[in-house]
Amino acid sequence: MTLNAKSATLHLSVLAALVALFFVLPPYHSGNLARIMVLAIYAMGYNILFGYTGLLSLGHAMFFAAGMYGFGLSVNLGGLPLPLAFLTGMACAAALAAVTGFLALRTSGVAFMIVTLMFAQTAYLVVLYFGTYTRGDEGFVIQSADRMIMGVDLTSEGARYVAALLLFSACFLTLARIIRSRFGRTLVAIRENEERARMLGYDTGAHKLKAMILSGLIAGVAGAAYAMLFGYVGATFATVQYSIFPLLWVLLGGAGTTIGPLLGVFFMFYLIDFSSSLTTAYMLVAGVVLVLLTMFAPQGLMGEMRKRVFAWLP
Amino acid sequence: MLEVKNIHAAYGDAITLHGVSFDVQPSEILCLLGRNGAGKTTTLKTVMGILPVTSGSVTLEGEEMSSLPPHEIPRRGIGYIPQGRRLFPELTVNQNIEIGLMTRGMGKDTKEWVLELFPRLRERLKQTAGTLSGGEQQMLATARALCLRPKVLLLDEPTEGLQPSMIALIRDVILKMKNEGFAIVLVEQKVDAVLQVADRVVFIENGRSVDRATAADLKRDPQMLTQYLGV
Repeated sequence: MTLNAKSATLHLSVLAALVALFFVLPPYHSGNLARIMVLAIYAMGYNILFGYTGLLSLGHAMFFAAGMYGFGLSVNLGGLPLPLAFLTGMACAAALAAVTGFLALRTSGVAFMIVTLMFAQTAYLVVLYFGTYTRGDEGFVIQSADRMIMGVDLTSEGARYVAALLLFSACFLTLARIIRSRFGRTLVAIRENEERARMLGYDTGAHKLKAMILSGLIAGVAGAAYAMLFGYVGATFATVQYSIFPLLWVLLGGAGTTIGPLLGVFFMFYLIDFSSSLTTAYMLVAGVVLVLLTMFAPQGLMGEMRKRVFAWLP
Repeated sequence: MLEVKNIHAAYGDAITLHGVSFDVQPSEILCLLGRNGAGKTTTLKTVMGILPVTSGSVTLEGEEMSSLPPHEIPRRGIGYIPQGRRLFPELTVNQNIEIGLMTRGMGKDTKEWVLELFPRLRERLKQTAGTLSGGEQQMLATARALCLRPKVLLLDEPTEGLQPSMIALIRDVILKMKNEGFAIVLVEQKVDAVLQVADRVVFIENGRSVDRATAADLKRDPQMLTQYLGV
C-alpha cells in the first residue's frame, strides 16, 4: 500500500469511527463529542502554524473570537442568514490573521509569541470596549429560532452532531490534503530550517503569511461553528486561556500530525471531565497527568506513535 | 559566468567586507583562501543575499543579483551549500531531495541525475537525514542544491569534520561536478585539498581580496600560502 493510500485509509477510518460513535454513544457523550470536534477544528488550525510551520502563537484566541463574533453579530445585529453569517465569521478571522501576520511575522521566536499575545489582548479589550454590541464579559446568546439552516434545527443533539462532523470532516480532509501538497511540504521545510529553505529558493516570508492566514481562517471556522452549534458568544473565548488551550491540545496529541489535534482535545476534555467527577482539585490531577505525558511522550500521543511504531503516520 | 566586483557588506553597523572581487567560469573551481575570520563565509553569504551588498556588484551571466531578494538568487542559478550542511534532519533523504526539486518544479529526470551523481543516497532514500554519516550528509546537501539545476555552486568547507576517506570521496564529487560544467566557488581550510582540486585561488584578508594565483603556481611556489595563511 502506498503512503498516500495508507494516509487516506487512516483519515477515512477516523471519520468512519466518528460516524459510528454517533449511533452508539449516549446523548451526554455525543454532545461532548460534537464540542470536541469543533474544538479540534480550532486545534487543527493552530497545528498548521505551530506543528507544521514552527511558529508558536500565543494569540490564536483572537481568530477564534473573530469567527465567533463575526458570525454572532452578523446574525444578531445584521440579521444575515446562517451560511452568509458563517462566511462573514470566516472572513473576519482571515482578515485579522492577515493583518496580524503582516505585522507579527517581522519578528520571530519569543518576540513573535509576545507580539501575537499583545494583539490578542488588544482584541479582547476591543470586545469589552464595544460592550454595547458585544455585551462585554457577559456575552450574548443566539436565539434558537435563528439557528435553523434549510429547515434543520441546529439546537437538536442529532443535528448538532452531524453539523459538527460535517465541518470537522471538511477541515480534516482539506488540511490533510494541504499538508501533503507542495505548500505543506514547504511549510515543513521552513519549520526545520528557515534559512536553508530560503537558500533553496523559497519565499519563506510569503509562505509563513499564507500559513498564518490559513491557520486563522480555520480557527475562525471553529469559532463560528461554536457560536452556531452551541448558541453562545462570549469574551471568555477571546482570553489568553483560549490561546493556550490549542497549544496544549496540539502538544498532547502530537504537533505536526493530522490526527494529533483531535486526539489532544479528546484526551484533555475527558481528562478534565473524568477528574472533576472524582475531586474538586481536578485541575491538579489534570496538571500532574499533563506533566507525566510531557515527560514520557514529549512528541505527543501521535508523535510518539509515529516515532516508535508507524513512521508513515501523516 | 559569476562576477563579483568590489563588494562591501556589513552586519548591522559592523563592516565586514571592504572590497572582494573574483569571477568564476563554467567547468572551473575557484577557491577562496584566508585565515579564520578573514571573510570567506561572509563573502558567500553576501553573494547569496543573506547579507546585503552595501556597494559593488554581483552578476550572473550579466544579470545583477544583489538587488534581488535572497530566495530569488538560487532560482536564478546560484546554489549554496553552507558550512555544517544545514539539512532538514527530521525529514528523510527522499523528502530532502523532493524539497529541492519542488522549488523550480523539477521532475524525475533531475532526481535520477542527482542520484546517479550520488549513488550512495539511493540506498538511503528512506533514512532520516539526521542519521546519515557526515560524508553522506554532505552528499545530500550537495544533491539537494543540485536539484535546482544551478549554474554556479558555492561550497563552504565541504570537508569540515570528515574522516580522510570521506574527504577523498567529496573531492571526487567536486571534480565530477566540475566535469559536468558547473562553476564552483569553494571555501576550504585544508590547503592540500584545495591544491588538488582548484584551478585558481583568491586570498581573502580582513574582508578584502588581496591576491590571486593559479593552483599550479602555488604548488610550484608556496610563498603566498606562507604569507597569507602562515603554512
